[in-house]
Amino acid sequence: MKLAISSNDGKFNSPFSARFARCETFIFVDTKTDAWEARTNPAAAARGGAGAQVVQFLASEGVEATISGRYGPTAMTALTAAGIKAFIAESGTPSELLHKLMGDELEQVTSATGESLHQ
Amino acid sequence: MIIAVASGKGGTGKTTVATTLAQTLAKTRFSVAFLDCDVEAPNAQIFIKANLDQRKNVEMLIPQVDTDLCSSGGECAEACQFNAIVVLGKQTLVFPELCHGCGSCALVCPDNAITEVPRTLGILEGGLSPEGINFGHGILNVGEPMAVPVITQLKKWHDYQDTDVVIVDSSPGASCPVVESLRGADFVLLVTEPTPFGLHDLRQAYGLTQELDIPAGLIINRDGIGNADVDAYCEQVGLPVLLRIPLERVIGEGIAQGKSLLDIHPEYEAIFRTLYEQIMPLAAKEAVR
Repeated sequence: MKLAISSNDGKFNSPFSARFARCETFIFVDTKTDAWEARTNPAAAARGGAGAQVVQFLASEGVEATISGRYGPTAMTALTAAGIKAFIAESGTPSELLHKLMGDELEQVTSATGESLHQ
Repeated sequence: MIIAVASGKGGTGKTTVATTLAQTLAKTRFSVAFLDCDVEAPNAQIFIKANLDQRKNVEMLIPQVDTDLCSSGGECAEACQFNAIVVLGKQTLVFPELCHGCGSCALVCPDNAITEVPRTLGILEGGLSPEGINFGHGILNVGEPMAVPVITQLKKWHDYQDTDVVIVDSSPGASCPVVESLRGADFVLLVTEPTPFGLHDLRQAYGLTQELDIPAGLIINRDGIGNADVDAYCEQVGLPVLLRIPLERVIGEGIAQGKSLLDIHPEYEAIFRTLYEQIMPLAAKEAVR
């Protein structure tokens, strides 16, 4: 499974980003091989609709699941449409969160957990 | 001539000034229109008391995707500046609240799969006041983020070509709705209070008038409170102070009871006539005399 974890600095062992649509980078992990890479989030500086844009990016990259702190309504609608599973965590590094996910310790959400930031 | 009233800070007395100016001019031989462009909180009607017998829905065209025709090429998503339409695999998803109604998605769709359908954002209401002011206001639907189209449509609802003076009451702030309200004005009447808060937001509002290249003048309301920094700022940037309305308990009490400034202090009619005479030579367009 291809997993995307929201991140600030794109490092595997520093704290993840609780922000989803406007996080700086994503850590993409292949859960079969544990191979990972950091990818810049093209929606980080979107004027509006970051939630829609980020999911479009993740879907086009073939991502099947995400881990973040919270998801806004736009992002959640798009995630559901794209069939991407959304998991939430309070804190942790991508490395730790990957292990928690594989140990079935993370909660999956299907409705928005954060406010819309659209002005 | 179009005079827009703006402030930056909220609650400085924009609507009091705008309605008093409109009521003063309506007592002369001028034909006067009043547009309340504060569509999130349009309350000038409390003072204007127009007979609202005209109504119009404000709609914006948003895309509707025919899934049978859509080949999911993603041209629409690429064209959209606001991420209001996205293509996720075989699905094309529209986010109505993000759409600005530009129609680019429908133009670029190679499959002709996009039809533009109306979405209601709010309503316009209009009518004549007892003094003959041609009044109109826009009401944005609660929870609706798109204020600008309501303002745009209010401003072009009627042809004001033959109206001598159009007063535009803007919302506070200095963002898109204010820009849209001020656009096309010949003069911006700024209203502030002489406090650090008033000054902070006045800088933004005055900056906006400069950005839009519209001449401006200032009314200092609740004069006597705060400090002298607003005066110092006006002198520094060359913003003329056209009127000072002192802080008076009787004005505050009257407004709180829904009375107009002219009801509270009839002598303000002469003061606002003088104000208009001061505005005339400053305005961008030759004003009516």
